[in-house]
Amino acid sequence: MTLLRHTTADVKERSGLTINPAKTCQPIGAMYAALGVRNCLPHSHGSQGCCAYHRSTLTRHYKEPVMAATSSFTEGSSVFGGQSNLLQAIENIFTIYKPDIIAVHTTCLSETIGDDIPQIIAKAKEEGKIPAGKFVIHVNTPSYVGSHVVGFSGMVKSLVDYFAVATDDKRRTINIIPGWVEPSDMREIRRLTAALGVETIIFPDTSDVLDAPQTGQRQFYPDGGTPVESLRKAGDSLSTIALGLSASGAAARALDAKCKVPCDILELPIGLRATDRFIDALRRAARVHVPEALNRERGRLVDVMSDMHQYFYNKRVALWGDPDQLVALSEFLIDLDMRPVYVVTGTPGREFEARMARVLAGKISEAKVRQGSCADMFLMHQWIKEQPVDLLIGNTYGKYIARDENIPFVRHGFPIMDRVGHSYFPTVGYQGGLRLLEKILDAVLAHKDRESSEESFELVM
Amino acid sequence: MRKVAIYGKGGIGKSTTTQNTVAALAEMGKKVMVVGCDPKADSTRLLLGGLAQKTVLDTLREEGEEVELDLIRRTGYGGTLCTESGGPEPGVGCAGRGIITSINMLEQLGAYDADQNLDYVFYDVLGDVVCGGFAMPIRDGKAEEIYIVVSGEMMAMYAANNICKGIVKFAEAGKVRLGGLICNSRKVDRELDLIQALADKLGTQLIHFVPRDNDVQRAEINRKTVIDWNPACPQADEYRKLSKAIDGNTNFVIPKPLKIEELEALLLEHGLLN
Repeated sequence: MTLLRHTTADVKERSGLTINPAKTCQPIGAMYAALGVRNCLPHSHGSQGCCAYHRSTLTRHYKEPVMAATSSFTEGSSVFGGQSNLLQAIENIFTIYKPDIIAVHTTCLSETIGDDIPQIIAKAKEEGKIPAGKFVIHVNTPSYVGSHVVGFSGMVKSLVDYFAVATDDKRRTINIIPGWVEPSDMREIRRLTAALGVETIIFPDTSDVLDAPQTGQRQFYPDGGTPVESLRKAGDSLSTIALGLSASGAAARALDAKCKVPCDILELPIGLRATDRFIDALRRAARVHVPEALNRERGRLVDVMSDMHQYFYNKRVALWGDPDQLVALSEFLIDLDMRPVYVVTGTPGREFEARMARVLAGKISEAKVRQGSCADMFLMHQWIKEQPVDLLIGNTYGKYIARDENIPFVRHGFPIMDRVGHSYFPTVGYQGGLRLLEKILDAVLAHKDRESSEESFELVM
Repeated sequence: MRKVAIYGKGGIGKSTTTQNTVAALAEMGKKVMVVGCDPKADSTRLLLGGLAQKTVLDTLREEGEEVELDLIRRTGYGGTLCTESGGPEPGVGCAGRGIITSINMLEQLGAYDADQNLDYVFYDVLGDVVCGGFAMPIRDGKAEEIYIVVSGEMMAMYAANNICKGIVKFAEAGKVRLGGLICNSRKVDRELDLIQALADKLGTQLIHFVPRDNDVQRAEINRKTVIDWNPACPQADEYRKLSKAIDGNTNFVIPKPLKIEELEALLLEHGLLN
């Protein structure tokens, strides 16, 4: 029995209803970004259920305990506002959990009540509830607008707003805002910049936080994360390279406006050409040479792309997820001579369509691209029913379509709740490109093996 | 750019006073934007010559989140820029959230940016500060000076005192200050003395006493401010005086709200006993 048997190929224009959204809540993004700061405790200013859901979604994806506090709103807080809860929370958290930073994000309820978080933080400071050398920062994250990507972007921008300062002590460092990528990707970005000999400040950085090793000892605040000192010094860097307009653009521009650190906003370095552009941007910004080892790494990716070309050629692909990932992935797929025909994101914003159009550049004339609240998994499934695809790339929520339609499926993006690996093996850089090729080939060839008739079943592929 | 919020009890004449004052500022050559923060969306009627404005929230509902500034901002009398945040019908939804949404949207669209060359932004806010949304205009970084429209009637003074409580909370955390009381006269006995005394107690000033004059109503029926309708009439001069006083104002304080007993004592002393 197919699970989504009520989905038909008959697409009706909808104005309001979203079915199986291709996005989630703003605070999840804010929480993930805050976890990329050292000794930082995310705090959800709202009812307990919000915090529980956001933590559990992150835990299901990273398979790590995700710590966050909540203002625990009651009926009373809804009527009188959340100020007293947040003040109490700030006092308790600094006394009991001793973080360096509390990163407050709001919820739908506190946004509707209209709590003014900077005013409450000022009051906490005035009442001596924030110990010397400790910080409370905030971002507004109403989930009835935007998506988890917007919440992430907002918190990263808040790191700039609260911490970055321009002093006379200018440095040779390059800021890298990696965007919403896996801890493994942030680690890989660090490896690449080190290989080039570029000194960097990466923020946020969730490596060694959400991929922390099992040592037999529990550490409430893992060793990873960008320290406050680095966030401050980001204002003195030579320049900023921001990866992914949707997740990192706002912070990069804020840093430019606040501290006059010029920024280069690139697409995520997924695939050959996007990685080339990233390496080239680093080379120019830091005036370094690209080492031979990196050229050889690149060569290995090109080699596999050409060796296995026959299996990529003309394959129709459906993708869903976050704008930055989708734009970069689509470019890579086109470089493989695959055809990204259906692309859907629940994260609203017109600029996504323009970015996709740039990548598609008329090469995939049948491509359908949609963003916003009615761009959902249901619509994508309907398109697939209308005209099938050969491959699905997206988060765990695609498994129902993959099963019903018997389509090879590569898990990529957020959340992945039913597989591991994403937080340990990168998909950015040349190495990441290789891993993506391996995953695509595995999925496509396993499907071919499974479905081949006896006479066309191949030993060598 | 000076950012001004006008508060006061419902029906006291905030919108009328705001628009007439803004008209006088425009006449002085100031570039002014008015942001109506009232679901009734009648804060710019006199400047625009009717309820011609499509509200920010209506536009948001019909056009989606990708809105252009021109769609929600009209030019009115003397080059004033007018927007109405709008909101739900009476009895449904959340008007406070509406104000938060529309002020955020105006910021995003760059309505307050330096290249707009504004001298003044006026927020005309509904009633007293009933919930968090209605305090949005006085959050840090938004309005920095507040004027409360009041009259000699007990409930208007009571509301003014309540608004001061709200101001204290935000003033302690940010830059917002009380610039003074505007008395919109109801011809109550000894009204001037009474409001003067209230201003003293609150630690602020009575910035101007606007006498009652039916020319205001006559201009209103014609969908005009007094200055627009008949620039030569005496009431037009009153609004010119008020706008000049605001333009030259340097008296900004954190108010000291009164206890209810103090307020009643004030009324007995200056009002009811005689």
